[in-house]
Amino acid sequence: MSKKNFLAYVVFAIAIFLFPVVERDEYFLTVMIIVGINVLVTLGLTMLIGFAGQLSLCQAAFYGIGAYTTGVLSTKFGINPWISIVFAIFLACCVAFFLGLPALKLRGHYLAMATLGFGEIVNIVFKELGTLTGGPSGLTGIPRLTLAGICLDTDLRYFVFVWFFVLLVIAFLMNLTRSRVGRGLLALKRSEDAAGVMGVPVARYKIEVFMLGSALAALGGAFYAHYVTVISPESFDVFFSLVVVTMVVAGGLTYVWGSVIGAFFFTILPEVLQAFEDYSIVTYGSILLFILMFMPQGIAGIIDSGMKKVKRAFS
Amino acid sequence: MTLSAQIFQLLLTGITIGSIYAMVAIGFNIIYNTTDAMNFAQGEFVVIGGLSMIMFHETLGLSLFISFFISVALVTLVGIIFERLTISPLKNPPLVTVILITIAVSIILKGLAMITWGKDSHPLEPFSSAEPIQIGGAAILPQALWVIGITLLVVLLLTYMFRFTMVGKALRACAINRDATKLMGINAKAMITLSFAISGAIGGVAGIIITPITLMEYDRGAMLGIKGFSAAIVGGVGNSTGAVVAGLMIGILESFFAGFISSGYKDAFAFLIMLLVLFVRPGGLLGRYEVE
Repeated sequence: MSKKNFLAYVVFAIAIFLFPVVERDEYFLTVMIIVGINVLVTLGLTMLIGFAGQLSLCQAAFYGIGAYTTGVLSTKFGINPWISIVFAIFLACCVAFFLGLPALKLRGHYLAMATLGFGEIVNIVFKELGTLTGGPSGLTGIPRLTLAGICLDTDLRYFVFVWFFVLLVIAFLMNLTRSRVGRGLLALKRSEDAAGVMGVPVARYKIEVFMLGSALAALGGAFYAHYVTVISPESFDVFFSLVVVTMVVAGGLTYVWGSVIGAFFFTILPEVLQAFEDYSIVTYGSILLFILMFMPQGIAGIIDSGMKKVKRAFS
Repeated sequence: MTLSAQIFQLLLTGITIGSIYAMVAIGFNIIYNTTDAMNFAQGEFVVIGGLSMIMFHETLGLSLFISFFISVALVTLVGIIFERLTISPLKNPPLVTVILITIAVSIILKGLAMITWGKDSHPLEPFSSAEPIQIGGAAILPQALWVIGITLLVVLLLTYMFRFTMVGKALRACAINRDATKLMGINAKAMITLSFAISGAIGGVAGIIITPITLMEYDRGAMLGIKGFSAAIVGGVGNSTGAVVAGLMIGILESFFAGFISSGYKDAFAFLIMLLVLFVRPGGLLGRYEVE
C-alpha cells in the first residue's frame, strides 16, 4: 500500500467502526451491511474490468452461486454454514475456471455477450431448479452464522463481521495491485500481445483474476444469504450484474477505492430515490448517465484530481 | 393434434417470434456497424413502439394505418435524440463507457415508459381478424402472418436501401472505414445519427406487430434486447443476412425446445446456443472467422 492509500485506509476503517457507535438505527445498519456486501462483489469486478480490462457482465451469477450454494447446503443438507461457505467459494472458482477457459479468449463485446448469456442461464437455473432452490418464490430458512459460540443474529454483530472481511479484502487487493501481478494485469489491459511478449502469462493471469473476482462475489453472496435468510432469483439477475458494473465504472475504474465509493453510492442512491416513487427509475438512469458522460474517471477520479489540485494550491 | 401438425404449429410459432428477434438483431447490427457500440436500449425501442401504438390506436382511436406511422416516427425520434444527446458529444469513449451509457438510456426509457403507461400489460387488437386459420391441423393467428409478412418487407426494403441507394452505400462505407468515409465527403456524423434513426424505426415496427400476440409492458425490453443480441452474435455481428437467419433459427429452436423438452429452460437453451457459437466459431455462423 502506498502511504497515501494507507492513510486513507486507516481513516476509512476508523470511520466504519465508529459508524455503529454513532448510529444504532436498524435501518441504517442494514443498509451499511448491504453496502459492505456490495463492496465485496464490486471489488472482484474492479480487478477484472479496471485492472485486467476484461468486461464481464455475469458478476451477479457468481454472487448468486455463492448465495444459493451455501443456502441449499445449509438448509437442505444440514451442513455447517462455515463449511458450506467454503464450498460455495470453491464452486464459484470451479465454474469461473471452466467458463473462463473458453470465454476469456474472446475480447471486448464478445466477452461481454458470452458472460451476459451465462448470467441469464444461471439465473434461469435458479428459477427452474425448484426442488433445490425453491424456484421463483425463493429459498427460505437459511440459518444465521455462529462465530465462537456467538450467534451473529443482530445487525450490529453482523455489521462488524462483514466489514472486518471487507477491510481485509481491501488491504489484500491494494497490495496485490502494487505487486508484480498487479503491474502485469495493467500491462495486459493496455495490450495483451505486448504484455505477453514482456513475459506476462496473459492467459493464466486472466483466468486467475476472473476466479478471484468470482470468489469475492461468491463470498459476498454467502454473507448476503446468511444475513437476509431468504433469497430469491431476482436478487441475482442480469440487472444486478449491470448494477455492479455501474458501481465499478461510476466509482472509478482504475482505483480500488473506486469500487468502495461506487458500492456506497449506488447502494444508497436507490434507497434515497424511493422518495421519488414512480420517478425513481428515470432519476437513477439520469444520474448514471450524467456520471458516465461528464465524469469519465468516475467519482474516485474526481476526488483524486481534486485532491491533487488542493495539494498544488498549498505547495 | 398429430405429431406432424404439432411440429408445423411449433415451427410457425418459432418463425413468428424469430422474426422479432431478427428485427432486433438487424437494428443492433446497423448501430454496431457505424459506431462499434453495443446498444443495450434496442429492446426498449420495441417496447416503446408497441406501447405508443396502443396509445394512438386504442386510447386515442386513430386509424390503424395512421397510428402505425406515428408510432414508428416517435420511436425513430427517440433513436435520434438518444444519439444526439449521449453518443454524439463523446470523443473516443472506452467500450465499457459506451455500453453503460446505452444501459443508462435503456433505464431512462424504461422509467419513462412506466410513468407514461403504468406497470400493467396492455393488449392491442390484431390488425385483421382474431380468428385462427386452420392449416394442416395447425392453428395460425392471422397476426402471425402479419408479423412474418412485415418482417419480410422490412428486410427487403433494407436490402434495397443498403445495396442500391446512395444513403445505404454511405452507411456501408461508414461501417468499413469511418475516416476514409469522411475523406470521400460523406458526413459520417449524420450517418451515425441516421443509423440510430433506422434502428429505432425497425425496433418500433417490431414492437407494433408483435404486441397483438404477446401484449406489451414497460419492462419487456431487456429480454427482447438480449435475445436480439444472441441472434446478432449467432449470425455474425454486423452481418444482416446472418441476423435474419439466426433470429429465425433461435426462434424455431426455442419453440421446439419449449414444445418437446421444457418450456422453463427455453430461454436458457437460446443463450446456450449463443455461448456454443461464441466458443466454437466466434465470428458467427455466417460471419468471417476472426474476432477482434
